Amino acid sequence: MKLVIINYGSGNLHSVHKAFEAVNNNLENPYEIIVTNTPSEILKADKIALPGVGAFQDCKNAIHKIDGLFESLEQVVIGEKKAFMGICVGMQLLAEKSLEFGECEGFGWIPGEVIKIEAPADYKIPHMGWNEVTFRNHELLNNISQNTDFYFVHSYYFRTQKNENCIATTKYPNPITAAVLKENIFGTQFHPEKSHNNGKQIITNFLEWEPS
Amino acid sequence: MLKKRIIPCLDVDRGRVVKGVNFVDLIDAGDPVEQAKIYNSEGADELCFLDITASSDDRETLFEVVKKTAENCFIPLTVGGGVRTIDDISRLLHHGADKVSINTAAVENIDLVAKAAKKYGSSTIVIAVDAKKNGDKSWNIFTHGGRKPTDIDALEYCIEVANLGAGEILLTSMDRDGTKIGFDNELLSTVSSSIDIPVIASGGVGNLEHFAEGVLKGGASALLAASIFHFGEYSIKDVKTYLAEQNIAVRI
Repeated sequence: MKLVIINYGSGNLHSVHKAFEAVNNNLENPYEIIVTNTPSEILKADKIALPGVGAFQDCKNAIHKIDGLFESLEQVVIGEKKAFMGICVGMQLLAEKSLEFGECEGFGWIPGEVIKIEAPADYKIPHMGWNEVTFRNHELLNNISQNTDFYFVHSYYFRTQKNENCIATTKYPNPITAAVLKENIFGTQFHPEKSHNNGKQIITNFLEWEPS
Repeated sequence: MLKKRIIPCLDVDRGRVVKGVNFVDLIDAGDPVEQAKIYNSEGADELCFLDITASSDDRETLFEVVKKTAENCFIPLTVGGGVRTIDDISRLLHHGADKVSINTAAVENIDLVAKAAKKYGSSTIVIAVDAKKNGDKSWNIFTHGGRKPTDIDALEYCIEVANLGAGEILLTSMDRDGTKIGFDNELLSTVSSSIDIPVIASGGVGNLEHFAEGVLKGGASALLAASIFHFGEYSIKDVKTYLAEQNIAVRI
């Protein structure tokens, strides 16, 4: 089984890769982890992880700059329904559009838009640090307790159009989407690769996940 | 609720951990990767490496240390010290740093802040400010590891870098660093109440009460300390337990 981590120059690629490797080494049937941006390699993937930090538009442009990258992702994730996990901006990209630095189109895989966090004046933006997550029960959140802290760093968040696509939230102090799910497509606003043991548990759950 | 972060800072010279008192008297105290692993398992919320290697020839050792740390520690790692160019930032991120802290280079070339934030995202860019009291509610910043004074007002500078896209401010009191008499909470609250981005308190923490004061009086989002952890006076857990008792939200 091949797990492909998409390399389009995202700043957290190394951290994501190392966290997936650490988790993978403990699996009974470890994946072959490949870090690549080559469409022919992506087309062979059984699972896909998309990291992302920085501005939405920059990440989007970086993906589209690589010939055939987006098309191969679409083929594997939408066409063949392979399990996908987006992290931070890699999750926000799933939206139809983002309003960060003007309007920018996303992949449109999950209905909704990425908007600025609205918080009272004494709340610092970016929302940076460890915050509690509550969630709907799902195998992707196996062995995680309600109100577990995860590490967040973001100023915008994914407001899903349908409640059913938001499976986890945090509060700052208003509710913020912490994780999204639609069929085979999963995404976290927080950084599992930086959330210590609970983050590794999320990655384990994703690696063990078989979306129906 | 968003937790107040406890961040142990390791001063690294040619790949080895040192910590100065008032920026001098360096004492060698270990391998940074091993130290980082301990802090990681003890419940540190982030880690910070400050590279104080003087010669650029020796800087390669830092990249190896960052790489090994990132392979072993799954919490955010900030690396600073001698970061001068976009290329320096890129190399640190590539080796596994999550955030890069910029000090002197941002003062000398303020455009670097905006460029770095645009390229790597605000959350990746920490601006480190060394401030020294200059009068009533007035502080000037120092550069070059606290050796070179400037006539730049610390508050105005913090507002400016925040507007340019810095993700947070690592605010060190030159007056307090190494003294163990507590953070300069007046400096912290003056800056923190004037900008939207988080402020990390640094310099002067000597006991558990000081940590709480940094939050309650200084308004800090995160608390950075070096020697107090390093020489085992208090553990991360001691600090968090104490803060929780004071009703300050921490990740236990």
